[in-house]
Amino acid sequence: MKLDDLKTRLMLDSRNEEERAERRFYFIGLILSVLLTVASFASVMTGLLPRAWIFPTLVILALTQIVVHLRVFLHIDLSRQKREDLQLLLFTILLLSIMAFGTLWIMASLSARM
Amino acid sequence: MSQETNVHPGMNLGYSDGEHEAEVKVFGFWVFVMSDLVTFGLVFAIFGTMAGATAGGPGPEDVTDLKSIALQTALLLGSSFGFSWASLSMKYHNQRWRTLGWLAVAATSALSFLIVEAIDFRDWYHMGAVPQRSGYLSALWALVGLHGLHVAGGLVWMAAMTGQILRYGLTDQIKSRVTRMGLYWHFLDIVWIGIFSMVFLAGVA
Repeated sequence: MKLDDLKTRLMLDSRNEEERAERRFYFIGLILSVLLTVASFASVMTGLLPRAWIFPTLVILALTQIVVHLRVFLHIDLSRQKREDLQLLLFTILLLSIMAFGTLWIMASLSARM
Repeated sequence: MSQETNVHPGMNLGYSDGEHEAEVKVFGFWVFVMSDLVTFGLVFAIFGTMAGATAGGPGPEDVTDLKSIALQTALLLGSSFGFSWASLSMKYHNQRWRTLGWLAVAATSALSFLIVEAIDFRDWYHMGAVPQRSGYLSALWALVGLHGLHVAGGLVWMAAMTGQILRYGLTDQIKSRVTRMGLYWHFLDIVWIGIFSMVFLAGVA
C-alpha cells in the first residue's frame, strides 16, 4: 500500500509509465518532423545541392515527413485492428493518384501540342 | 509505444463505455478526412498544371517569402503538437484546465499562423499578385486559401470544444469529439507539408 502510494506520487505507476512512453513517442515524432522540415528548407536555401537534385530531395523529404505524421500523430500502423483505416488511406491515395497524375499528364500533353 | 488496443486512427483515449460507438464515429470521420484529402489532392494537381502559367505576372520567386513560410510551418507544427499535448492531458489526467491550457496553446499558435499568412496575402495583393492575374496565381490562392480556410474552420471548432469542455467537463462524448478534431488538425498539418515543399520551396528551387 505504501509502496503503491509512493509510486503514484513519483509518477512511476503503470498508467504514468504508459503516459511517459506515449509522450516520448510524440517527442520523437516532433524532433523527426523538425529535422525533416529544416532539411527541406536547407536544401533550397543553402545551395549546397546541385539544382537538379533539389526537387527529388524535396519530394522524398516531404513524403518521409508525411509518413512520420501519419504514424505518430494519426496513429496509423500496420497492426491488424487498424487494417481498415490503412486500407481506406491506401485506396484514397490510389484514386487520388489516378486522378492527379492523369490530370498532370493530360494537361502537360495538351500544353506540349499547343 | 503503449500496448493497449489501438482501435481507431488518432489518439485512443480509453473510454469507460461506448468503445464501439466511438470507434465507428472516428472511422466515419476518417472517411471524411480522406474525402478532404481527395479535394486537396486535386487542387494540388490543378496547381501542378498551372505551375508555369504566370502569363508574365508575378511568379513563385516573387510571392515566396521563405522566412514567412518557415515561420508558418513552425507555428502550424507547434499547434499540432500542442493539440497532442491537450489530448494527452485529457487521456491521462482528466483535468479540465490542463487540457484547456494546451488547447489555448494550439489555438494561439494556429491564430498566429493565420495572421502571418494574411500578411503574405496582403503583400501579394500589393505587388499585383491577385488571383485574376494569371493561372498560376489563381491556383496558388485557391490552394493556400483553401488550407487557410480549413485552419480558420478548425479554430471555430476549437472554440466550440472549449465551450463544451467548460459547460460539460471531460465526458466520454467530449473526448470522442476532441479525438475527431485531432484527426482534422493533424491532417491539416500534413496538407501544409505538401504546400510548403511543393508550392513554395519547389517554386523557388
